[in-house]
Amino acid sequence: MKENDFIVQVRNVSKIYRRGEEEVHALREISLNVTRGEYVSIMGPSGSGKSTLFNMIGGLDTPTSGSVLIDGFRLSELSPSQLAWVRCHRIGFVFQSFNLIPTMTALENVAIARIFAGVPPAQARRDAAETLERVGLGHRLHHLPSQVSGGQQQRIAIARAIVNKPSIILADEPTGNLDLHTGEEIINLIGEMKATLGITIITATHDMKMLSASDVVFWIKDGQLERSARKGEIKIEIGTIDGKTLA
Amino acid sequence: MDEPSLSPSSREIPDQYPIPWSVAFQVSWAGVRRRIFRSAITMLGVVLAIALLTYMLITESVTDALVALNLDDLNLLLQKAGVDIFSASRVDSMTILLIVLSLITCLVGIINAMLMSVTERIREIGTLKCLGALDSFIVKSYFIESSLQGFLGTLLGMIIGLVVAILIATIHYGRYPLAHFPWGDALSALGIAALIGILLSIVASIAPAYWAARKEPVEAMRVEE
Ligand SMILES: Nc1ncnc2c1ncn2[C@@H]1O[C@H](COP(=O)(O)OP(=O)(O)OP(=O)(O)O)[C@@H](O)[C@H]1O
Ligand SMILES: [Mg+2]
Repeated sequence: MKENDFIVQVRNVSKIYRRGEEEVHALREISLNVTRGEYVSIMGPSGSGKSTLFNMIGGLDTPTSGSVLIDGFRLSELSPSQLAWVRCHRIGFVFQSFNLIPTMTALENVAIARIFAGVPPAQARRDAAETLERVGLGHRLHHLPSQVSGGQQQRIAIARAIVNKPSIILADEPTGNLDLHTGEEIINLIGEMKATLGITIITATHDMKMLSASDVVFWIKDGQLERSARKGEIKIEIGTIDGKTLA
Repeated sequence: MDEPSLSPSSREIPDQYPIPWSVAFQVSWAGVRRRIFRSAITMLGVVLAIALLTYMLITESVTDALVALNLDDLNLLLQKAGVDIFSASRVDSMTILLIVLSLITCLVGIINAMLMSVTERIREIGTLKCLGALDSFIVKSYFIESSLQGFLGTLLGMIIGLVVAILIATIHYGRYPLAHFPWGDALSALGIAALIGILLSIVASIAPAYWAARKEPVEAMRVEE
């Protein structure tokens, strides 16, 4: 596979957190590649380093050693302003706890991301309305986050993540705060974004249902890549996965 | 780690678009409006301090004007109200001390209230940075927010101070204060109060705004429930 088919490259990334005397090795020399346009799930027990890895890929935190490349650009070589540009235009973040701005309506929450991309406010609101329509919330434009359900809040967050047409959605446990049924709807919606917009999806999850939507699954454990599997191979292994991670 | 860079030149990635003040203003104004109760608490300190200042200044110019009239029955009323009609200056050092103290308290109050509201919104700031907000946007929006609260508080304080000063003067001296209201002096008194109020709010906004901008986007990812 050609080098530039990989939209995300993680190369020998280590992350050590220091709490006084104690050192926590959250990631140990982890390397992995994500192919453009694929749906990637990262699985692993609690504390295995999934969120730490996400923070590195999103350029929210810097590795202790190793490097992360997005679209071939080494994040560590970018200025804070360029990094903000990458977060704005290339990456759509989806959070476990939705992270909507409580004082902004659904429309404003989505429009603000568009405004950061340099779009004039009036146009930003039109784009936001269109995107909310796309995620099935055309009838909730002027509601505050507190006035809609958790599933709907996550839909707003997904609209916010895709409004700038990013190449990647980074979703750390997007269904963690949702019930089973709503979680499934959100996974389907994220899958749809991959299918219709060609966005590369990277999610972390404990949720076995996520796996059916995935093209690739990476298992990480103690900050290391334990193994990976592609779509065809996943089903065969599910029995063992079940036994391993859900035990 | 030190392998030669295979990446294309990082210069190909543009700088992030800086949000203009006008747009930051729209965003912050909406926030202040929706958090009106919270904003009111922040404003309260400014309102009280500026009301006191305005009251003192207006009362002084009204008494000055009445003393200048030099009418017998009015002089009697003035003396009954404890005004020394023969002295040129009627503001004693205690009053000035009181005003200065109230202004300092107000300054500390705004800074404290703003720092608290930044702490409450660490996750919000982190989220905005994940969406591509630059530090400069965070500085702008928090600066605008606390200045706005300062301006509104100043305006409200001036109105309250003016109304109370006229009310009390009318109680003491009947129809004279309004009939001979010193418009010019009162206007410059209001100007001084406005200037001090606005200056105070701007000075108090700077530290919280920069503190807010230093919050890291990683904070947004952390789940605290
Ligand atoms: N800011 C931090 N300071 C110190 N240690 C940290 C910090 N963040 C994470 N860690 C530690 O790093 C390790 C990996 O944490 P991480 O949050 O990446 O795990 P995770 O796989 O996302 O877990 P979960 O499934 O519970 O979300 C854990 O041992 C955690 O305690
Ligand atoms: Mg996590």
